Amino acid sequence: MALLEVDNVRHSFGGLVAIDRVSFEVAPGQIKSVIGPNGAGKTTLFNIVCGLLRPDSGNIRFGDRAITGFKPYQIARAGVSRTFQNPSLFLQMNVLENVMVGRHCRTRWEFLGCGVRWPGQPKEEAAIREAAQAQLEYVGLAHLAECPAGALAFGERRMVELARALATEPQLLLLDEPGSGLNTREKADLGRMIRRVRERGVTILLVEHDMTLVMDLSDAILVLHNGARIAEGTPSEIQNDANVVRVYLGGEMNHAAAS
Amino acid sequence: MKPRLKPGLPFVLLAAALAIVPWILRRAEMEYCLTQLTMSLYYAIVVLGLCLVMGYAGQVSLGHGAFFAIGGYTSAVLTTCDVSKWQTAAWLGWIKQSPFCIAREDLFGNPILTVSPWAAFFAAMALTFVVANLIGYPALRLRGHYLAMATLGFGMIVHKVILGTAFTGAADGINGVPEWNLGLGLTVSGKRPLRIENYFIAGGLLLLLLVLLHNLVRSRVGRALQAIHDRETAANAMGINTALYKLKTFVLSALMAAMAGVFFTHYTAGIGPSEAGAFKSVRYVALAAAGGMSSLWGVTGMSTLLNYMSLRGLFGSYDNAVFGLLLIGIVSLAPEGPLKPLARLVRRLAGACRPPNAAQPDAARPNNGLEGRPRHGAA
Amino acid sequence: MESGNLELQYFLSGITKGSIYAVVAIGFNLIYSATGVLNFAQGEFVMLGGMVAVTLARFVPLPVALAGAVVIVALVGCLLEILFFRRLQRHSILHLVIITIGLSIVLQEIALHLWDEKVRSLPYFTGNEISTLKFLGAAISPQVLWVLATVAVIVVLLHIFLKYTLPGRAMRAGSSNPSAAMLAGINIANMRTLAFGLSAAIGALAGCVISPITMTHYEMGAPLAIKGFAAAIVGGLGNPMAAVLGGLMVGVLEAYSVSRLPAAYSDVTVFAVLLLVLFVRPHGFWGRPGGESVREH
Repeated sequence: MALLEVDNVRHSFGGLVAIDRVSFEVAPGQIKSVIGPNGAGKTTLFNIVCGLLRPDSGNIRFGDRAITGFKPYQIARAGVSRTFQNPSLFLQMNVLENVMVGRHCRTRWEFLGCGVRWPGQPKEEAAIREAAQAQLEYVGLAHLAECPAGALAFGERRMVELARALATEPQLLLLDEPGSGLNTREKADLGRMIRRVRERGVTILLVEHDMTLVMDLSDAILVLHNGARIAEGTPSEIQNDANVVRVYLGGEMNHAAAS
Repeated sequence: MKPRLKPGLPFVLLAAALAIVPWILRRAEMEYCLTQLTMSLYYAIVVLGLCLVMGYAGQVSLGHGAFFAIGGYTSAVLTTCDVSKWQTAAWLGWIKQSPFCIAREDLFGNPILTVSPWAAFFAAMALTFVVANLIGYPALRLRGHYLAMATLGFGMIVHKVILGTAFTGAADGINGVPEWNLGLGLTVSGKRPLRIENYFIAGGLLLLLLVLLHNLVRSRVGRALQAIHDRETAANAMGINTALYKLKTFVLSALMAAMAGVFFTHYTAGIGPSEAGAFKSVRYVALAAAGGMSSLWGVTGMSTLLNYMSLRGLFGSYDNAVFGLLLIGIVSLAPEGPLKPLARLVRRLAGACRPPNAAQPDAARPNNGLEGRPRHGAA
Repeated sequence: MESGNLELQYFLSGITKGSIYAVVAIGFNLIYSATGVLNFAQGEFVMLGGMVAVTLARFVPLPVALAGAVVIVALVGCLLEILFFRRLQRHSILHLVIITIGLSIVLQEIALHLWDEKVRSLPYFTGNEISTLKFLGAAISPQVLWVLATVAVIVVLLHIFLKYTLPGRAMRAGSSNPSAAMLAGINIANMRTLAFGLSAAIGALAGCVISPITMTHYEMGAPLAIKGFAAAIVGGLGNPMAAVLGGLMVGVLEAYSVSRLPAAYSDVTVFAVLLLVLFVRPHGFWGRPGGESVREH
């Protein structure tokens, strides 16, 4: 059974149809990529899945629950986490605190308990810190724990954001162009990291422009064009799909085919 | 990384500082200053609550004077209104025996039956809770200047309703509010022999709330609030119910303002409509900004100091001018509040005293020696 | 007087008050568009305009006094921008708003100590306090016509300025996209100074024309600023023409609630309606939803 099931979803901004009756599934443990030219609706699709946008019509199921119309925080609690195209760290906090925010939806003490340090609350706080530290170590940035988030390099922000997303213990991780702005070496590291995350049992849905990375990582690929699905299949099927080649005429497709 | 100072130490120091003030003032034969000091401590509670809303959750409220007034007026009305008029009502017999009511004498020595201060306190808290939720729920969906206007409008409504209603005393306010026996031998009252005791009640309450908020902002909730302040979208995507957290913060700070209002009203034995005025609300926001907004200590200190100077009338007819100039000066020169730059200075001095090889190589990391201090903004 | 005329009388008094709120709201909008800041000292410009004109009118003819007041207050506005807002680039919007609150308090105190707490007023521009004009059975003072005409002229000139002149266009460009405007060679800082000067001048002119009707007093600024703020918000920030409608709505609503409810509750109606409007339309009637938010840093 599919972990994520997007069924006939449609979304428009004013008169512009950004997503036009798109359906797809993501199987548990899969790395699935969404590709398409700029303006194809990839990020819109992500925003719909994680609840930032509400679809005009269509349904989204996660596991055995319908999550259509859920608020982003509810979706995060259900087990879907994400990173943003531009790393969206909390710049007033340090790196560790950023990751600790990721633990929010898996912890429970509220205003009163935290204010009076009710027995059990300090313990939970320590556990949050420990878990966040562990995530930072996992992405290899434990040495930056006390560093203000604003002082990080771009690539480091990406990794901290990934650690923060992992701290929510997601079953499904949405990565929105994780490779953009990274150099070749950082991209290779990223690819390894994404594989390791998958090995932890986290399913991954990826939007990415770098075809090398996509073809290398993905189990399945969904191609969007002008908000509509034009192809879906394994990397080799996509590379040989006439429709896809036409859409990508020249540019990126040649590059992907060469790899 | 173990903090060198115990985390509780600043509070112990503050408590000690609060405790020696009356002793110093007695030595200097200036005990009369305690009255204004007590009042400014109560005002500081309002600003402290606002600090949570503005500095942490990143919202703004120009209506906190109204919550102070709702607390004060509820308690003033209930504790001065003679319920024995309804002597004939059957339920009064039961009410009379209950702890909700007390029989006492009014200012002219006539026997009256009024609601007891404790019951009035809880009524005030309950009313504030309801009002804050009713106004906060729709208002907190607004942003920036629109939120400011909505809260300002709410404050104006409360102010004008109080001014235009007979049982709140219209322009005269309410006088003759009785003293409040808290139990444990403590009484909130403006009587002269109780001056020191009341100073300690106000100081203790402020300290207690300061500790609670300090714990709160350094917990999962505090981080969530700062995340909302920084990037609301990302905070929501990380599983924080941003709308609910903003509302809870708003209600909490409204309750603090109302609590200050209740104590203040019993302490000064009355309350006037100016407490609800827009000027008061704006002043609270200004004081929070002058204290550094996200700096609990800076905000508490700054608002106690400035209010005290105002209430003592230290600048005579130039009081407002001085307040305005200080506000402009502090906010333009030290937008983070006075404490953070001060802490940096201390840190730099400490760094200069240390042998060069022991100095921290990475300036971006906080100095361990100051771990015990509250880390303003980033805490 | 028959009731129909009474209604008209209330309506006209609402329009008069409302047009002053509209002017204050336009001032808010000009500065908001240029800087993102709500200038709480806007009401003080109105007060200063009246005060300076009253003083000047003792020495020079009335038209010269009015012109002098407008110029002086406009200079004050420019000076405030140059002294404070030009230097505080790294400050958040909220901090800047707090500074305008401080400025408002200080200007008020300066007025108190420069003049005194007495109520003053300019003479009626034409006629005197008892001369009235009949309009559909309602009696109106000629000064009301002066107010309405002045506000109308301000609105039309401002519209032409923003739409058809180079500095006006530059100002609009600077407000909708500061960095792009800067790349196009527009001096953003000067545009801000211009916005402050302009909105101070408009406020001062309004302060002069209402002085004979509502009197001039050092404390008159803050209440005007609050109503003007309400007008700007109801109309929607960033749109000076919406501010005019917002101002008229607030004024008329206030006048009608005075006629129906005890005087003390007049503002209650205004602000209750304001809250309802905001809860239904979070960006006012004609405001655009945007990423605007009060950030601390």
